[in-house]
Amino acid sequence: MTMREKIEQAAARYPDQRSAIMPALLIAQREHGHLPGPVLEEVAEILGVERIWVYELATFYTLFHTEPVGKFHLQLCDNVSCMLRRSEDLLTHLEKALRIKKGGTTPDGLFTLSTVECLGACEMAPVMQVGDDYHGNLDIERIDALLGRLRATVPETTGADLAAAEPPGE
Amino acid sequence: MYEPVLLKNVYVPDGHLLSTYEAGGGYRGLAKALKEFTPDEIVDLVKRSNLRGRGGAGFPTGMKWSFVPKLAGKTKYLCCNADEGEPGTFKDRIVMERDPHQLIEGMAISAYAIGAEVAYVYIRGEYVLAIRRLEQAIAEAKAKGYLGTRILGSDFNFVVHVHCGAGAYICGEETAMLDSLEGKRAQPRLKPPFPAVAGLYASPTVINNVETLVCVPQIVARGADWFRGIGPEKSPGPKLYCVSGQVRKPGLYELPMGIPLRELVEDHAGGPPAGRKIKAVIPGGVSAPVIPEPGLDVGMDFDSLAAAGTMLGSAGVIVVDDTTCMVKVATRIIEFFHHESCGKCTPCREGLNWVVKVLRRIEAGEGAPGDMEQLDMLCKGIFGNTFCALGDGAAMGLRASLAHFREEFVAHIEERRCPFH
Repeated sequence: MTMREKIEQAAARYPDQRSAIMPALLIAQREHGHLPGPVLEEVAEILGVERIWVYELATFYTLFHTEPVGKFHLQLCDNVSCMLRRSEDLLTHLEKALRIKKGGTTPDGLFTLSTVECLGACEMAPVMQVGDDYHGNLDIERIDALLGRLRATVPETTGADLAAAEPPGE
Repeated sequence: MYEPVLLKNVYVPDGHLLSTYEAGGGYRGLAKALKEFTPDEIVDLVKRSNLRGRGGAGFPTGMKWSFVPKLAGKTKYLCCNADEGEPGTFKDRIVMERDPHQLIEGMAISAYAIGAEVAYVYIRGEYVLAIRRLEQAIAEAKAKGYLGTRILGSDFNFVVHVHCGAGAYICGEETAMLDSLEGKRAQPRLKPPFPAVAGLYASPTVINNVETLVCVPQIVARGADWFRGIGPEKSPGPKLYCVSGQVRKPGLYELPMGIPLRELVEDHAGGPPAGRKIKAVIPGGVSAPVIPEPGLDVGMDFDSLAAAGTMLGSAGVIVVDDTTCMVKVATRIIEFFHHESCGKCTPCREGLNWVVKVLRRIEAGEGAPGDMEQLDMLCKGIFGNTFCALGDGAAMGLRASLAHFREEFVAHIEERRCPFH
């Protein structure tokens, strides 16, 4: 199915096209990775709704990204239940392992690191969402193993790419 | 020994499949409702059961349903609030991931009672597995005739749609959820009119939490007296408790409403880690005021917790041990509310911004004389002065932390450091 067909199918669930903006944005983001201006305009055109309605939702809800994010978006919960089980240590470790700060993306575009509000999985705190999946009961060993598995899913990069990914002076 | 009812299928392999649900007696409540009860009789049955909403406010469910005007031909909606965002809460996710059919059955009976033919499940977008399982379950139920037209040979038609949220705590507030479903930024509406009269697309709408809806098939199958016989009569029924934080066995526990908080935390959840003591427990998600350890004998039900100055809320029980700084906990909670404030009301939007600044400087050892009074003043300025309960929850929680652990805050200011670091 094309993106247009998926959006039209989702829109059929509502008596009002405006209600379909959120599902349409989720579909478009799955397709494009993020939601730049032209994609938002396309969504407005497909649904036949005001462009401002689409823009205001894309900028209100935190799951929508108007800027690009890495192939793997590491979303570490640091709300109370995870904080009580030392999510801060995991954040420090991730920042060191990936050589980026919270909010940053690795130069190879592989990882974006964010902290998020409660993921609703406190029984397995500390927890992190990567793409569609939750990873719980995390500690430093498990984080390292997870990063290894994620890296292994992408094809080997050339030496030149790796050198370019190193931040200067390290 | 209490026998779980709501979590019966949750730990069974393939508990999410229709075949498992049917084998355990699933959809018999719906069959019975359609065959033996009129819609009004279902409303009456739920009223008699004393079922109270499990989303946080504890409003009597049958009464909420009875506010829907009985206008034949007028479109009515049922919305399921599955936007579980209250920190410390994960019950609805587990139910939807592992036993989604009981939610579908609960929605079908509830929709029959209020005269709705369409329901939307507003589920938070992060819950990808729950979304998939629920969509799969809806397809299975449709294929078997539990959803669709002329359900089980009756005149009742009903469809369920899944609507994914996109990361906004405020959507758990029912009127903000309706705006979000209508494709707007989620901001709470002024009430009245209440949703039962003018809700989704200005039509009569009932909004119920996942756990509330899954109680309904049990009430139909086993009767109102059975339900009212579990726990305190005015706040009865089986209850899902989410236990997390500094405790040995965090997890989801189904136990009677009203069990002592101490028993839940110390016996069922195994108490604090070795060598540590419980300092405090937040009983109902971060909107609920904290209870210091000596108060743990309180019963976990709406009325007992209200009498103790806190609330059952979402039953997200967060355990804090004696190695943890309460200023740090309070700061993190207010940071959350500040981040999630929709921005509509000035006291919440600006007040919480101010509170975060004061708390962060106290925790960093940079607090100044007068900061405590400033926090007291800010709580007063926010509480009761906002459209929805977000600001109230933030202010009530902070007020309790300031009252019960004032000496910790003062020590930070006087020693100019965090005594726990």
